[in-house]
Amino acid sequence: MLYRENGQFKSTYRADQQMLPILQDRILMLALLAFAFVVVPFAASNYLFLSILIPFLILALAAIGLNLLVGYCGQISIGHAAFMAVGAYAAYNLVLRLPVLNFLVVLVLAGLIAAAVGMVFGIPSLRIKGLYLAVATLAAQFFIDWLFARVKWFTDYSHSGSVSTSPVELFGWRIDSPPEKYVFLLAVLVVFTLLAKNLARGHVGRAWMATRDMDVAAEVIGIRPVYAKLTAFGVSSFYCGVAGALWGFIHLGAWEPLAFNLTLSLNLLFMIIIGGMGSILGSYFGAAFIVMLPILLNQLPQWLGVPLSTAMASHLEFMIFGALIIFFLIVEPNGLARLWAVGKEKLRLWPFPH
Amino acid sequence: MLTSGQATESAPMKRQIPVTALCAVLAAGLFAPLLTGASALGFWLEVLLGGLMAGVLYSLVALGFVLIFKASGVFNFAQGAMVLFAALTVARLAERMPLWLAILLAIAIMVVLAILIERLVLRPLVGQEAVALLMATLGLSYFLDGFGQTLWGSDIYSIDLGIAREPVMILDTVVQGGILINRDDVAAAVVAVLLVGTLALFFQKTATGRALRAVADDHQAAQSIGIPLNRIWVIVWSVAGVTAIVAGVIWGGKLGVQFSISQVALKALPVVILGGFTSVPGAIIGGLIIGVGEKMAEVFLGPPMVKAFDLAGGGIENWFAYVLALLFLLVRPEGLFGERHIDRV
Repeated sequence: MLYRENGQFKSTYRADQQMLPILQDRILMLALLAFAFVVVPFAASNYLFLSILIPFLILALAAIGLNLLVGYCGQISIGHAAFMAVGAYAAYNLVLRLPVLNFLVVLVLAGLIAAAVGMVFGIPSLRIKGLYLAVATLAAQFFIDWLFARVKWFTDYSHSGSVSTSPVELFGWRIDSPPEKYVFLLAVLVVFTLLAKNLARGHVGRAWMATRDMDVAAEVIGIRPVYAKLTAFGVSSFYCGVAGALWGFIHLGAWEPLAFNLTLSLNLLFMIIIGGMGSILGSYFGAAFIVMLPILLNQLPQWLGVPLSTAMASHLEFMIFGALIIFFLIVEPNGLARLWAVGKEKLRLWPFPH
Repeated sequence: MLTSGQATESAPMKRQIPVTALCAVLAAGLFAPLLTGASALGFWLEVLLGGLMAGVLYSLVALGFVLIFKASGVFNFAQGAMVLFAALTVARLAERMPLWLAILLAIAIMVVLAILIERLVLRPLVGQEAVALLMATLGLSYFLDGFGQTLWGSDIYSIDLGIAREPVMILDTVVQGGILINRDDVAAAVVAVLLVGTLALFFQKTATGRALRAVADDHQAAQSIGIPLNRIWVIVWSVAGVTAIVAGVIWGGKLGVQFSISQVALKALPVVILGGFTSVPGAIIGGLIIGVGEKMAEVFLGPPMVKAFDLAGGGIENWFAYVLALLFLLVRPEGLFGERHIDRV
């Protein structure tokens, strides 16, 4: 009843093309942002920050990155955690070797380095696609894993191969308490979401989508596949590189080799399948789902009073993950984002039947 | 599809140059340790044999991939998980009954699994893009990993094949010092050869085999002459399940049954890229090339690399197969023996 666009007339193209055309959506979004920026930092507990909110924000960023490539451009990748690793190690080395740099500059540079590496591994996509590309990106995953575990320069000759970082400082603001980390990450995520959303609906994103839907037709109407695919790999790896740097510096603080392994890559892929391919909002849903599911599965037996060993819980988690992936692919290939859109459609009519 | 067809007709020779060059580099790399005197003949042969044995295992896993891909166009990411599941089943059943009975029961279980997969996963997803099916098998692999370990436990189990453990010395008249070879490796190679032979007979001589080949050639044509696609898929997944049992038993007998099987079996992916997605001989030869290649690289290329770049240890074999497959993708995407119909843009 409250949620409908009756009487909201657009008189300019600008108004017609805005990101949230319905007034209620804009109000809701502003309220949500205000809640996330003002209320949550004071209300949430440290546990909530450290084990849910912070991982969620970073993984959502990575999932948006992967979604730009897989969901928008249709190029599958099973190796995106490797690009997160590139971002993390690039940021580590930049901070170590050029301490004068501002952390924001480090973030952008780390993202750019990851983008460069991503474009190199994206080159096979110009000749192959689908299943073949999956194996090509697996090569990236295993090779980059090995590189950071073995080449001592990247880890500053540390004995165990693991690296540790000091808390991030930004214009004299020391980001070390959980609420501060949360606010910083949230700000970064908001900026990158806006960027991604606009990129996806601008000409770059349209070129990606045309390539995804039918590459030959896209070429016929004047889109250069080389350009579309490599920009998708570049932008996507940039996002993952930034997410990797944040994951290392803000979330982990110290990490071992193989912190960015195949499992993380697959998890990113699952996020966008469950959340919704080709949807920025879906990346958020997927990330939230994948972050919360293991925690829920760990807690649930305790609430129900059923004793469950940790090993058993992790096996059950595997089973439920697997079953859910298949379930979503069969029942709702467009993921949670589609369910959300359906719900919104329903809400516009509610409580009237037509 | 458009460009590749023309390319073959106009310049068949030109296309071969990079492939030939890549193969030549590989062959040179294979014999380089011998020719430069970096290794004695006996040691080189031992490494070669070790590589071949690892290659047999990769081939067996790859075989399952190829069978399924040929018949249904599904890129079965879950083959590794199926190997783990089969090995776990055999290992745990063999604790309670004789090995042959355990293997028979495991075959029955894999057939049931094939039926369930066809009913619950493949049938609802008919007509979807290949990538959606790939992701479904990814989910399947997660499910099987979890299910196998929930059902059978997640410790390391052993399968006792009843073969003596101590290695045998062969060729000690030819090479100084002789070569040590494990009996179970030989048994594995024999079993693999038998399996491939049986499969070849099955495909060539039986009515079902002919139906399978028909489906592999053209789904719609096969269906239109009355071949039941659904039953064919069940059969092909069952056959893949049986090869998974063979691979799992050999692997488990050698190294113990544990979770890592599922991950190592991912190496079958580069194998099928190398050999061609649709070629059974390609899977075998690809497996052997990858097996030998990565062992050789680890033993002979690893130490100089560690020294030259001051690395913290070798481990080249973790990525060698994938990078080799990547190179092959660039010069010959259909693999050594595959059919050429790859869409290009």
